[in-house]
Amino acid sequence: MSLKRNILDLRRRKKEAQQGGGEAAIGKQVAMGKKTARERIKAILDDNSFHEYDLFVEHTGKDFDMEKKVLHGDGVIIGTGTMYNQPVCIYAQDFTVAGGSLGLMHARKITKIMGLALKMRVPIIGINDSGGARIQEGVNSLAGYGEIFYRNTEASGVIPQLSVILGPCAGGAVYSPALTDFVFVVENISKMFITGPGVIKTVLGEEISMEELGGALVHSEITGNAHFYALSEDECFEQIKKLISFIPWNNTQKALRFPMQAPTFPVSIEDIVPSDPHYPYDIRDIIKAISDSSDFFEVMELFARNIVIGFGRIAGNTVGFVANQPMYLAGVLDCDSSDKAARFIRYCDAFNIPIVTLEDMPGYLPGVDQEHAGVIRHGAKLLYAYSEATVPKVTVIIRKAYGGGYIAMNSRHLGADFVYAWPTAEIAVMGPEGAANIVFRKEIDEAENPAEMRKQKIQEYKAKFANPFVAASKGYIDEVIEPLETRARLIHALEISENKVDKRPAKKHGIPPF
Amino acid sequence: MEDNKPKYEVFVVNTAQYYTLHTKKFGMRKKWQAINPNEVLSIIPGTVLDIFVQTGQKVEEGQPLLKYEAMKMETTVDMPFAGIIKEILVAIGDRIKKDQVMILIEEE
Repeated sequence: MSLKRNILDLRRRKKEAQQGGGEAAIGKQVAMGKKTARERIKAILDDNSFHEYDLFVEHTGKDFDMEKKVLHGDGVIIGTGTMYNQPVCIYAQDFTVAGGSLGLMHARKITKIMGLALKMRVPIIGINDSGGARIQEGVNSLAGYGEIFYRNTEASGVIPQLSVILGPCAGGAVYSPALTDFVFVVENISKMFITGPGVIKTVLGEEISMEELGGALVHSEITGNAHFYALSEDECFEQIKKLISFIPWNNTQKALRFPMQAPTFPVSIEDIVPSDPHYPYDIRDIIKAISDSSDFFEVMELFARNIVIGFGRIAGNTVGFVANQPMYLAGVLDCDSSDKAARFIRYCDAFNIPIVTLEDMPGYLPGVDQEHAGVIRHGAKLLYAYSEATVPKVTVIIRKAYGGGYIAMNSRHLGADFVYAWPTAEIAVMGPEGAANIVFRKEIDEAENPAEMRKQKIQEYKAKFANPFVAASKGYIDEVIEPLETRARLIHALEISENKVDKRPAKKHGIPPF
Repeated sequence: MEDNKPKYEVFVVNTAQYYTLHTKKFGMRKKWQAINPNEVLSIIPGTVLDIFVQTGQKVEEGQPLLKYEAMKMETTVDMPFAGIIKEILVAIGDRIKKDQVMILIEEE
């Protein structure tokens, strides 16, 4: 009989602790258009798969009358569950408990589940919804952040780390997401900044709203801190599930394999690219035309739109696409696009995902702002990332491959395994217009009709160099292919590369131009 | 598809003209301007506390021109070279922005 009493007591305790901050606080959370921490975990994981740990953990604050306060679970829920029937670790800060503020035990719960994820080699998903450090706990809460950052770094490149920003994430707290692989934000809900609008106004006299300073759109479009932008929490959870389907569980495995599906894109790959090289098109149409089910899952869609990155499948296997986008800024490389692509390449390399590069770029973005923003060191990241990557690397040159950009976009010279070019490819030091001005300057200047002579010389240069055959004659291009042959060539190239071995000199780590 | 074609901008790279779209961030970039040594600029936003010179005054290099408060710190701005005060564009108590021209100076 006494056993029954103990069981009932346990149930009562659990029920009470699972209430978090209580009804009133939950009501406030819902009124802000937000789901509760528990609902969020449930929505992400497979049905009924969640197991919670440390429900009865209590905070250790002793100052400012904190010892009299009960904070259920210390404001964070941790546990394990499954996605696609595969184990994952997850934590969610509970804003209803002391504003999700981070104290020592709160942080210890997070580092506990992170440690478990790393030991078990499974992905970790962190849901951030917190007012920041728990001021009453002083340096202990700073210690907590530091211990989280340390584990983020330790786990980087070993297990996938996803950060979901579903509320405020300010001050030091922003650096855990920044250290992880993918950051998800939701319109009107996510707020990320180091110093908030209040401080900025007092110190600098600049008035700005929270949304304009660090809202979801700002981090998706301007700062590049976020990778996935959603209009609702539900859309965000779908994005998480979709991403997880494309990536392996850890750095010793490959992504889940799916049955091969033919592309379904309605337009023929031959009809996407305009014949005039000065006109744009959407490079994503080409990606769709060569991917299984034409399913392309774009990463950082709104940031540095002049380059496109994301996941797709070819013959059932995940590949990472990196592609210049002529639709925006003519597809030039610049600080942001180099940074965006370089980090993605390193992600793919760390997690055994082959990289398919589609190239159509006229050069680097000219301008004082670019030079002064450090396009040299940012651009170097791209060279470093491609050269360093040992996963299968395949390039298809669609149209323009000029100058430094030709080298940077996974050229043979940076270690590409296969380089294909369409007959429309123009592989040269620069475009015909610029080149003619330099090479034939004397003839043009001395001609009776310089404009006419210039036109003629541009044509001459075009005929001679604006094609893939000069590069093919040196073996820099393996094969010039018809657009319709692209998918079949990629399937074959990736099949051949399945067991690729590419050993590099032993080192502690390189020194990339961060 | 032809009907809702977006409005392309002309974009020049290596003298070739391309038709393309601009990004929001590209539109936000600031045009670079050469620094004019005769303009005394504020480095950060703040409030003018004191002005030590007058228009037309001859000033030695390193002599203090004005004092302003920014980030709860008092900052004194000194004369970068020997010269004359041409015009004072701020008054005591003024809130100033970053990179605001505060004083115009001139070499003798």
